[in-house]
Amino acid sequence: MLRFLVSRIVLLVITLFAASIIVFTASEFTPGSVARKSLGPYATQEQVESLTKRLKADDPLPVRYVRWIGVLTGVLADPLQDPANGLGFSDPRGSRYFGNFGYSTLYKLPVNDVIWDRLGNTAILAGLAFAFIIPLSMIFGVLSGMREGSKLDRTLSTVSIVLTSIPEFASSVFLVTLFVILLPWLPGTSPLTESPQWSVRSQFILPVAVLVIYDFGYVARMIRISMVGVMEKAYIRTAILKGLNPRRVIMRHALRNAMIAPFTVLLLQVNFLVSGVVVTELVFAYPGFGRMLLEASLFGDITLIEAATMITVTVAVMTQLIGDIGYMLLNPQVRIS
Amino acid sequence: MEPPALAPATAAKGPPPGWRLALVRIMRSPTAMIGLFLVGFWVLAALLAPILPIYPPNDQDMLAMGDPYPSWHHLLGTDVLGRDLVSRLIYGARTVLQVAPLAVATAMLVGIFMGLVAGYYGGWVDMLIGRLSDIVLAFPVIVLYVVLISNVGPSILNIIVATTVASAPGIGRIVRGLVLVLKQQGYVDAAKMRGESTPHIMFIEILPNCRGPLIVDACLRLGYTIITIGILGFLGLGLPPPTPDWGGMVRETTTVISIWPHMSLIPSVAIVSLVLGFNLLADGIGEGNKRR
Repeated sequence: MLRFLVSRIVLLVITLFAASIIVFTASEFTPGSVARKSLGPYATQEQVESLTKRLKADDPLPVRYVRWIGVLTGVLADPLQDPANGLGFSDPRGSRYFGNFGYSTLYKLPVNDVIWDRLGNTAILAGLAFAFIIPLSMIFGVLSGMREGSKLDRTLSTVSIVLTSIPEFASSVFLVTLFVILLPWLPGTSPLTESPQWSVRSQFILPVAVLVIYDFGYVARMIRISMVGVMEKAYIRTAILKGLNPRRVIMRHALRNAMIAPFTVLLLQVNFLVSGVVVTELVFAYPGFGRMLLEASLFGDITLIEAATMITVTVAVMTQLIGDIGYMLLNPQVRIS
Repeated sequence: MEPPALAPATAAKGPPPGWRLALVRIMRSPTAMIGLFLVGFWVLAALLAPILPIYPPNDQDMLAMGDPYPSWHHLLGTDVLGRDLVSRLIYGARTVLQVAPLAVATAMLVGIFMGLVAGYYGGWVDMLIGRLSDIVLAFPVIVLYVVLISNVGPSILNIIVATTVASAPGIGRIVRGLVLVLKQQGYVDAAKMRGESTPHIMFIEILPNCRGPLIVDACLRLGYTIITIGILGFLGLGLPPPTPDWGGMVRETTTVISIWPHMSLIPSVAIVSLVLGFNLLADGIGEGNKRR
């Protein structure tokens, strides 16, 4: 167990390293410099060069990478916050502390002031979506998996396949046309600010619906496959032949075992919901993590991209870890082998 | 269905009838037939695009711009720039049906190679490939796409590279799992005794017997890749305009959705129908695999 935990933490560190280097290298090829984008098309070349120098963006790649690591670990003070630069960058936490992700050139704020609010907003969205995905996919999966090939199974499976075939931007278009344009029941944007017409609560309905539609069919199909496998097991047949009530067999014997494999799948949806919500956030102008990442990438705001990547990779590795541990606890066979 | 005893013999003789088998299964499943019809419709439309009586996809009809709704001149209407939607849909199908299979094929090649080598050799090779896959799989796919493509710039090549990096490890895992079982079969030992080379055993003896799950996986992946290409287009990271591209068509028209919803609705329906086609096909073939 300890060996397993250590190997996972080593994997996390290696992945973080690899990811941060890939992201840094990729950002080398960003068309147009950050300085040019900050100053706009009418700035002179000298102004752009001066800002580039002050942002220390003209240093070679390895120098900037090592400096980024240094600032992040608190070994170095962030040179951009030096008042002599005249950038006006200042972080209330100081310029040198552990976990300093640097300064966002896009938002002109410390990354730590930008990123956690956005992550919180996305967590609310993802949490709400999850609250619907779990029960819906369980109902669909169990009902269709308990009698494979039955009419109910075919119907529910087809519905699941159709729903997973609708990309988020397409379901957004369908839902907005129906509930915003034809029937003006819901708001078409979700900036999370109270407006006279739409409460914040109503702004969650469409984005959550889009996420649930795209994701739950897939999870339902995974639960179905697992349920079908369990229903073929000898102990289920024995229980039914013994004359136990079929409902009791399904609820007490089958369901518990059928949920072992989909447990991992469900956890993996956390990754999807943290970083995969870009489209939904973009459509509904939701102030979330995914949209921030897209904007930062298009702007070339390297410190913000790096911070976002570190967070998503950590979330991914942690959910994998929790998934594996949970799987071992739920399924004794795995521990033995 | 083929008797199990026959499988090693056909594998030894040469290319197995994998695709014929898949076709038989499709014919037997009504959902798969619907899938085949949907995919076939778009493939045919894409192939025949140059000879169909449609407008060029980038021609602007200035007269239609005032009234872009469906009419006799433009059966599905036009977009904001007066470009015929039928034509842009069909040429968009051409784009997506070129890029998606190419991307999936590349990912399959890389993934199959990784899986075969890892599963067949085992030991430290397996370990190394496994750890590398873990690292790539831990990297959230959409971050990979957004960062890679927004930084390196949109082009067909970049889309293919990004999807290959993201999906090859998954394919590799499937193949590795199959190889671990298959390499213990009698016909593999027989081939070793005959003195066949290792590549021969890997590619001629083992690989053809992985075809069942791989054909299903390829179909599912085609669907997902089409969604991915759509998403990239929608985020403005797809192919540069004015290339007709379904995701891009939705992106260009969502700002006017409250006035002319058909402009966004039509390409959305198109992408759903094609993805659904591939998913239904995969479902039909997969059911057949299981019953065997």
